[in-house]
This record gives sequence, C-alpha cells and structure tokens, in this order.
Amino acid sequence: MTFALALEQLLNGVQLGFMLFLMAAGLTLVFGVMGLINLAHGSLYMVGAFACAAVAAATGSFWLGLAASLAFAAGAGALMEVTVIRRLYSRDHLEQVLATYALILIFSEGTRWLFGSFPLYLDIPPLLQGAVSLPGGAQYPLYRLAIIATGAAVAMGLYLLISRTRLGMRIRAGESDREMIAALGVDIRTLYTLVFALGAALAGLAGAMVGAIQSVQVGMGEPVLILAFVVIIIGGIGSIKGAFVGALTVGVVDTMGRFLLPQLLTFFVSPADAKPMGAAIASMLIYLVMAFILAVKPRGLFPAQA
Amino acid sequence: MKTSLLAISAALMLGSACVASAEPVKIGLITTLSGGGAGLGVDTRDGIMLAIKQSGRKDVTVVTEDDAQKPELAVQIADKMIQSENVDVLTGIVWSNLLMAVQPGVVAQGKFYVSTNAAPAALAGAKCDPLYFNAAYQNDNLHEAMGEYANKGYKKMFIMAPNYPAGKDSLTGFKRYYKGTVANEVYTQVGQTDYAAEIAQIRASGADGVFVFLPGGMGIAFMKQYAQSGVKTPIIGPGFSFSQDVLPAIGDAALGVKASGQWVKDLDNAANKAFVPAFEKEYGRLPSIYAVQAFDAAQLILSASSKASVKDAKAFAAALNAADIKSPRGNFKFNTNRHPIQDIYVTEVVKENGVLTNKTVEKIFTDHGDAYAKDCKK
Repeated sequence: MTFALALEQLLNGVQLGFMLFLMAAGLTLVFGVMGLINLAHGSLYMVGAFACAAVAAATGSFWLGLAASLAFAAGAGALMEVTVIRRLYSRDHLEQVLATYALILIFSEGTRWLFGSFPLYLDIPPLLQGAVSLPGGAQYPLYRLAIIATGAAVAMGLYLLISRTRLGMRIRAGESDREMIAALGVDIRTLYTLVFALGAALAGLAGAMVGAIQSVQVGMGEPVLILAFVVIIIGGIGSIKGAFVGALTVGVVDTMGRFLLPQLLTFFVSPADAKPMGAAIASMLIYLVMAFILAVKPRGLFPAQA
Repeated sequence: MKTSLLAISAALMLGSACVASAEPVKIGLITTLSGGGAGLGVDTRDGIMLAIKQSGRKDVTVVTEDDAQKPELAVQIADKMIQSENVDVLTGIVWSNLLMAVQPGVVAQGKFYVSTNAAPAALAGAKCDPLYFNAAYQNDNLHEAMGEYANKGYKKMFIMAPNYPAGKDSLTGFKRYYKGTVANEVYTQVGQTDYAAEIAQIRASGADGVFVFLPGGMGIAFMKQYAQSGVKTPIIGPGFSFSQDVLPAIGDAALGVKASGQWVKDLDNAANKAFVPAFEKEYGRLPSIYAVQAFDAAQLILSASSKASVKDAKAFAAALNAADIKSPRGNFKFNTNRHPIQDIYVTEVVKENGVLTNKTVEKIFTDHGDAYAKDCKK
C-alpha cells in the first residue's frame, strides 16, 4: 500500500463524513430541540436532489439547481412541520415514527408520480469537473474536494449560528427548557418551524450535491438516513459537535474498513473466502463501532444536556 | 412499420384462432412498481402488456401487483394470486432473492412460473423444476460473455460486484471464461452509493481493464464517480449495468463502454425490427433488455396457451418448451433445464440523435447455454 493510496482513501472517508454531517446536523437539531424522531429526513434529501436535477435540466445551470434544492427542501420542510410534525411534539416516539414513516411513503410515491420511475440525470458543473493532483502523485476528483469544503463551511456556519447569534441562543434555550422560553415571550412555534426548515435545507443541499455523483432516484434518501442515525447516536443526540465528530468517524471507519478489511483477512483465510467475508464484515463495521461506543458512553460521545 | 406490426398481430391471431377450444389463461404479474427498482418493473410490465395487446387475445387476462422489491410481500402476493384469484401462470419478478422466495411455493402448488429476469444458479441445476421456465438467461451468462471478451485484449482485470448471490454468480461466471490474471476481486455492499474507496483501489491495482456488475442505481453512481476520478482504465460489464433504463441517468460518462447482451436494439431480424418501434410508439421511450425479456415471456405463454390447455400441466409444459415464438433476440430455444440457449453479443454505448443507446459490436457466443443444465435431472 502506497502513501498516495492511503491519502486518497483518507480523503474519501473525510468526504463521506462531511456529506453525512450535512444530513445528521438537521436530524440531531430536530431531535435535540423538539424531541422528535424524523424518519422523513431522507425524503427531504431526495426532494433536494430532484429539485436540483429538474431545475438543472430545465435551465442548464447546476448552480440554479443547487439554489432550488435549498429553497424546495426548506419549503417542503416548513410545510411538513406546519401540517404534520407540529401535531407530533407532544406524542410519544412510536407515534412520531409511524407518522414520519407515512411521510416517507407519501414523498416517495409523490415524487414518482411527478418524475416517473426512472432515475434522473444530474451532472457536475463544468467548473468542478475533473481531478487534481495530490502530494504523492495521486489524482483526486475536484468535486469531492468541493463537497469537503462545503461541509466544512456549513459546520463552521452552524457553530457560529448556534453559539454567537440570538437565534442560536433561543435554539439552545429551547433545547434546555421549552416551557421557560415560551413563558419568556419567545414564539416557540415559529422557532420550531425555522429550525425544521434549516435542517431540511441542509438535507436538501446534501441531496443535491451527492445527486451529481450518484443516482437521483426515488428511495435514495433511506440508506443515507440510516447512516445519519448511526452518526447522531455515536455523537450524542442533540449535539452538533457530536454530529460532526460522529460523521467523520463513520465516514473514515466505513471507507477504511471497505478498503483494508478484505486485504487484512487474506492473512488468515484463503483469498477466495477473504474477499466476500471482508466485505461482509466491512459493512457491519460502523455498527460494531456504534455498539462499542454505546457500551463505553451510553449517551454518545457528546451528549447534549437533557 | 405498421404493415409489419399488422402482419405479426395477424399471425399471432391466426395462431390463437385455430384452438378456439383452449382454456382461458390468467397470468399473475408480480413485479417491482414502487421504490428505487421500479424502473425495471415498469419495463417488465410494459413488455408483457405489449405482447398481449399485439396478440389481440381476449382469453388471456393479467392481474398485476407491486412487490415493492420485498421478498416477504412477493410471497404473500403469489399465495393470494394462486389461492383466491386462481391464476395459472406467474411471472414478472425482477430480483433473484425475491424469486428464490416465491418460486418453491408456486411450483409446489402446481402453477407455472415463467421468469422474465431473475435466474439464480440454484434454480438452474439440481433444483430445477418442470413447471419453472426462464425466458431471460441464466444469471451467469452475460458475465461469462464478458470473461470471454476480456480474453481478447485485457491481461489483468480488476473485477467487482455487490456482495449477494447474483454478485457472486457474476464474478464466478466471469472467471469461468477469463484466462488472464485477476488483479483484484472486490465485493461491494448491495445498494452502496459511494465508490470512492473502490475507485482508489482500481487506480492502485495496475489493471488494464475493469469488469463491474452493478445494476440499477449502483451502476449510475459508480459510472459518474469513475468519470470524475481521472482513472482511465476501460470499463466492461454485463448489459444490464448499461441498459436503456439507466443510460440517460449516467449520461456521457457511459460512452464507449463495452457490455454484453442477449438482445441489442439494432439486431437485424424481423421480430426486432417490429418490436422496437412498436414499443417506442406505445410507451414513448426505447425498450430496455427487461422489456424484451418480458415481451418474450408473454409470447411464450401466449404461444403455449394456443396449443395446449393450461390445466394440462404436461401438455402446457411441452408447448412452452417448444418455444414457438419469434423473439426480437433472434435465435431462441430452451435447454434441458428450461433456461434459454441463445446468442450473446458484445455491445458498445453510443449516442444516436442525442440519445444514449447500445449498438452491436460482435457476436461473442453462438447458441450459448449454461453451466448448470447438466445437473438438472427433472
């Protein structure tokens, strides 16, 4: 194994981590602030990807598509909050899971009804096409570096928003004591809608950016949603910092596991068995890591105060 | 085009007219019409419906249900169709894992199953069944063709497939014919969307060719990411990774890819020249390989039911086995294990009038059967 390959794989892991962070940030905010389990978060990711693909196809501009993905996902999120989610805050988690699962089905079939059953086409903008050279001689796709940069910028922005602004203060206050902040005259309903729309916009952004290098199709959000849940459980539910560390952990562990485990196993079993066995263990690896972290720290790495 | 269509439907009607006494046939169509895999199910359904519409037969009815790509749901639907809707023949399942769940119950209840796509090795060999026919291929076939093709120019191949039965069948099939060196063999997760780790390994492997079997959305994601990676090693793969249902979503990244198929849009035979425009006229898009396989499955059922009563299992099986159809694939007949013996072609992705599609490069296998037929004793 050369240095170039190791560096490339590490970058791949970090990139996957930043992408997961965009998903997990919204999920953990909604859970932390409102105590709501939102299974339909993956649908907002899909909405972002479809909005971007449709607008990019109509106008020829990926950037307009990206703007549309933010607007549509935030709009869909706000609409979802006002019509359905708002009624679920006082219910227990099982009812929230049922209702948001129904939303997944509604969004999936609605999207198929609008766009058909076949995957849509969405290409990378010309500005970000191609690969750049890394130290050590490896080539790395420019677009993936752009995803890392976007993820880092969003992480920074969220940190500043939560710790330095009035809105962030209210979000933190809402997280610690909902009745008290309402008693102090803060419009908690609008605050919740805002937080929900913010989380939705981040999911939409992730969907649009990833849509350009994956398949824009119905049901694309659910596999990512599962990973995002792993991330927020590892990181500690409700914590943005936890989501950040959790996302990078999952991204790097998953990528390195897929790459190293099948090779490692060839030392112990025959190569013919090692490849499928390694792949199978690699696909379990992040769940093993999650189980280990929960055994040591049952509330995750950075639990938000309850 | 119209005249040839008319001629075909007239011929089919003649076929049905001479056995006015035949029993009516009820077909149970179970396929994937929702979720991420729905594109394949829609093509399957449309292929079957086109064949029935062209035949003009009023004694053939179809009940359709969506399996949502879930094995347990497919089993429930199959039981319901057999027990309360009295279907005679079941068909349409796209995925091997679903078929493995459904097929035993169907044949145990004495009903026919004609597969439009799924063709796991387990049902082609010792566990074959007189009531189970496969109109598509055996899972290994298209991979075997690529293994044979790779012998012609690639000394060192990097091979990759998802970690599930059809994925293992794929790499087994490839290696059965490929005589060069396998640089690395990688199994990915089913439904995986990010291939950066695998692409890095391709770059590092020093292989001069890459064989990938990644159907549906997995292939779309891989091809788009590969095009951005700066790795230039040529890609080859089985036809369904570059079929008409996924090509528009991959875009120009697929141009030039060599793949294998038992059917290509430009095959030069009368049945194909009638089929492609007829499908395009009916549904406003080009047919995929799944549509052709389903079209042939329906043709087989139509042909058999015009010769024998479906209530007489032995006679109906013999009539199916005769494969008296004009397939858009050209040569088509059944092997001893009731899987096809057919020609397999190498294709290349090209752009025609702004639409990505496949064209024939060469015929790689003539009258190709499968490796499991010898174990089928039933």
